[in-house]
Amino acid sequence: MAEFSIDGLGVKVGLEIHQQLDTNKKLFCNCTPIDTEEYSIKFQRKLRAAKSELGEYDPAALFEKSKSKTIMYFANTESSCLVEQDEEPPHELDDDAKRTALIIASSLSSQVFSEIYPMRKTVVDGSNTTGFQRTMLISQGGSFNVDGKKIGIQSICLEEDAAKILGEEGSIKKYGLERLGIPLVEIATEPFEVKPHEIKKIALALGRILRSTKKVIRGLGSIRQDVNVSIKDGGVVIEVKGVQQLDQLEKVVEYEAKRQHGLLKISKKLQEIDCIHNNNDRKDITELFKKCSSKIIQNAIKKNQKIFGIAFRDMAGMFGYSPYEGIRLGKEVAELVRFFGIGGVFHSDELPNYGVENEDIDDLKRILEINDNDGFLILAAPEEKMEIVTDQIILRIEYIRNEGIPIDTRLATQSGETKFLRPRPGAARMYPETDIPPIIISKAELDNAIENIPKSWDDSIKDLQTKYQLNLQLSEQLFDSNYFELFESIIGKTKVSPTFVASILCSTITNLERSGLDSKLLKNKEIEKTFQFLEEGIITKESVEIIFENIMNGKSQTIEEAMKNASIETVDESELEVFCHQIVENNQEIIKNQKERAIGPLMGIAMKELRGKASGETINKLLLKNIKNKLENN
Amino acid sequence: MSEYRGYEANSLEFLKKSQVKVGDSVKILTDITYSGIIMPRYEHSDDKHIVLKLKSGYNVGLEIAKIKKVEKIQSSEKIIDKPEKISKIEGLPKVLLLSTGGTIASKVDYRTGAVTPILTAEELNSSVPELSKIANIDTEVLLSEYSENIMPENWLEIAKKISTYSNSDYSGIIIAHGTDTMHYTSSFLSFALAGFPIPIVLVGSQRSSDRASSDAALNLIGAVKFITECKTKGVYIIMHNDENDNTVACHIGTRVRKNHTSKRGAFQTIGDNPAFIIAEEKIQKNMSKEFYKTQEFQPKINLDTKIALVKYYPGYDPKLIEHIIDNGYKGIIFEGTGLGHVGRVMYDSVKKANEKGMFLGMTSQCIDGRIRMTVYESGRDLLNLGIIPLENMLPEVALVKAMWALGNTQNIEDVKEIMLDNIASEISI
Repeated sequence: MAEFSIDGLGVKVGLEIHQQLDTNKKLFCNCTPIDTEEYSIKFQRKLRAAKSELGEYDPAALFEKSKSKTIMYFANTESSCLVEQDEEPPHELDDDAKRTALIIASSLSSQVFSEIYPMRKTVVDGSNTTGFQRTMLISQGGSFNVDGKKIGIQSICLEEDAAKILGEEGSIKKYGLERLGIPLVEIATEPFEVKPHEIKKIALALGRILRSTKKVIRGLGSIRQDVNVSIKDGGVVIEVKGVQQLDQLEKVVEYEAKRQHGLLKISKKLQEIDCIHNNNDRKDITELFKKCSSKIIQNAIKKNQKIFGIAFRDMAGMFGYSPYEGIRLGKEVAELVRFFGIGGVFHSDELPNYGVENEDIDDLKRILEINDNDGFLILAAPEEKMEIVTDQIILRIEYIRNEGIPIDTRLATQSGETKFLRPRPGAARMYPETDIPPIIISKAELDNAIENIPKSWDDSIKDLQTKYQLNLQLSEQLFDSNYFELFESIIGKTKVSPTFVASILCSTITNLERSGLDSKLLKNKEIEKTFQFLEEGIITKESVEIIFENIMNGKSQTIEEAMKNASIETVDESELEVFCHQIVENNQEIIKNQKERAIGPLMGIAMKELRGKASGETINKLLLKNIKNKLENN
Repeated sequence: MSEYRGYEANSLEFLKKSQVKVGDSVKILTDITYSGIIMPRYEHSDDKHIVLKLKSGYNVGLEIAKIKKVEKIQSSEKIIDKPEKISKIEGLPKVLLLSTGGTIASKVDYRTGAVTPILTAEELNSSVPELSKIANIDTEVLLSEYSENIMPENWLEIAKKISTYSNSDYSGIIIAHGTDTMHYTSSFLSFALAGFPIPIVLVGSQRSSDRASSDAALNLIGAVKFITECKTKGVYIIMHNDENDNTVACHIGTRVRKNHTSKRGAFQTIGDNPAFIIAEEKIQKNMSKEFYKTQEFQPKINLDTKIALVKYYPGYDPKLIEHIIDNGYKGIIFEGTGLGHVGRVMYDSVKKANEKGMFLGMTSQCIDGRIRMTVYESGRDLLNLGIIPLENMLPEVALVKAMWALGNTQNIEDVKEIMLDNIASEISI
């Protein structure tokens, strides 16, 4: 097994950023996007692949169809209407979304088309009730700079967001419609040669350009990035979806480069042997394996599934051959099989293992006439899926042998690897949206967009610094955070110090999150109310963190509840006087020894009792007064 | 013509000058270079753009004024569809599918530049492969029209075509039809082909078959299942039961209306459950009577379109009735209010129409429910003026029936009798 090094592979990376727009309205109807999981409407659909306008079927669509799922949709009348249910044609394109897309295109100097054609992009996994995503190419070309490096823009599209998956049970997939139809801008960069660690910076810069428009939704899930990775000499462009965090990007690119280079090595080795497979090389071995002690096999048989053996001539050692760590043909096969919802596949190079004994293997070899040079797979699957899955496995192995790297759409995993998602869709997935006539962009609209190009990120940060007297670091944090709009709203409504608000939003909440608490539980409404309570003197600065902590760990839902749970009450000044006086009286020894410096330890004692009930500032003042009195009187 | 479809004036001249046509692969130089295929333009577009399908599949309009150069890469290839071999399974029932157009059969076709009837046997087989396992289906394209363009003479054409199969070995006949006027066609066929020996089923779709979420496939599967399993005589409309892709409803062709502009479950049987509910596993029968009054096939494929359908409303100008009379109409179906009324202002005109020997029938704009003209004095007045209450016949059905009745007899007394004779379940008891 070789050590992997990314240098010299000529890795090229393209980014695709999907950003929700903050128009408070869906792209083709008047519904308001509300994040909710309360549903009053439920209906069931099936989707089937349709031909493209050029008369072809999209491979991804056909593939999805072969999984034959029933889709259950859940909706409510607040966040969706008949348009999302595909029970009514789309309304007109939302002007606000169009305007924002034009501003974004203009700020990246991208060339806007004066006639825009809404298209249907086939997606039959159920995430769109129509079986397609409405999308339109707004502009091409343009660029932005990152540390002096010019990054080209390939295209900017305006499209609909998909429905949110709620879960999958057997052959039923469940989706919620509240997110379906939210306007999204998709920006794809030109592929650029880059060191993996530079990618994050580029993605961040692009994100910042978008946020500068102040027309984009922030917060979890509002921005998603896909990354396209290819290597020189035999590599293909692989689209990796679902990169959640920027930190993942670097790992994903490295893994994908390694996988591609590894697959090319596997391909070469496959070409050296005469791997042949024909239809006689698959056999039902369910009867034979009834005595097999593998749990996976036994479970499958219990569920009335079939066990198949599939022989691959001269392929001994090929499934397990691992040019780099974690890159094997066996793994590619396992990913594909898992995609069909099937767990049980073993290959010859990993056996005997998993309860499959030598005896079982001998039986199998006899039945399939396998000799020592041959490889084989054992597959446990429902009978009706067996043929499709087996065909797909063979197609994939043949493709790797003959062509090299299969052109997939892949999914990023948490650990920074990628796994098979579906075949990469091609141009055949596009069909004109006949329900909507072409959209004409007038010169006035373009001029308006150019006039409204937002300030650059640097200028926006400078503005923040002067307007709210924030330091540079806090301004940057705030601008990149999910709370920028909330910050402005709080400052507009209260007189609480902007620095305090910003540091609570950017650092306190983040710190609580790092300690494992969930910031999603903390609703904007409650945050605003907290600062209002602070201004009204109902709570103290110190209580803010305690309240947030209480809400973020799920103990309370509202600020009032949190105050009750954390027994936050304010102590009035006269009570406080008495309390501070008492502390000074009880700790005369410390005062005697440390004089005025006794304030330190005494503050500690006082805060233990009073944290959240009175402001530290007042306590400090009162203690100091009492200490001075004590010292003077002695 | 299709070589330049949709292009005119400037844009047409530009294409000709650049020596490229629709379907050609080109490279177009503006500030950016675009590669793609030249696509047709829709009607009503301007003449300042050409449409290009980029490699990504997106279509965009490029402004001619900004184009510096057009380079032809490849001429459009004539794509010839390989006819897919359809294997027929011996012993399966035979079904005939006649296509008349509509959403169920429409898709953008850039190659021929026309709406193609998608329901050739081959297309049907590849888009709904399940069908070939239930029945052997022969297809025939009769018309290619959206339903608003289907005229009474087309009803005659369809009925005549169907009547030639009265002695065939088909188990039933499916008519693919646009949904907007489907229930007019079904009504006409119900009267003109009374007693037809095998089921006639009209099927449409609310979402075109060029999209993955189309309701066409399930509706067609439902129709074929109905024909092969139920064999119940009559003219029916089969469409989605509701928004779910699991059941289709089979409606009596004279008791059904389109009650929603866009929903899958737009068609509803008025005042009753659908005659059949077809689910994947079973077919539930709700219909308890024979569809036709007659047992024998008695084709009467005639009509006279000189019948008006008048919807009365507050402020209706009775002069419009005079106009109908003056134009030689032979009958009026009123869509009256409530139990079957029109305002006092109409009496003179109604009287005049009656004296001219016109047939005057009353239906209700309530749609559901029966006409009762003896309850209020205005109703009794109208009865005295010669208006015939048409039970609970739907207004559109009454219109079609009157056209058909007048096509078969000019005797007004016969027409009155025919209108109240329950020929094809149009009056539900």
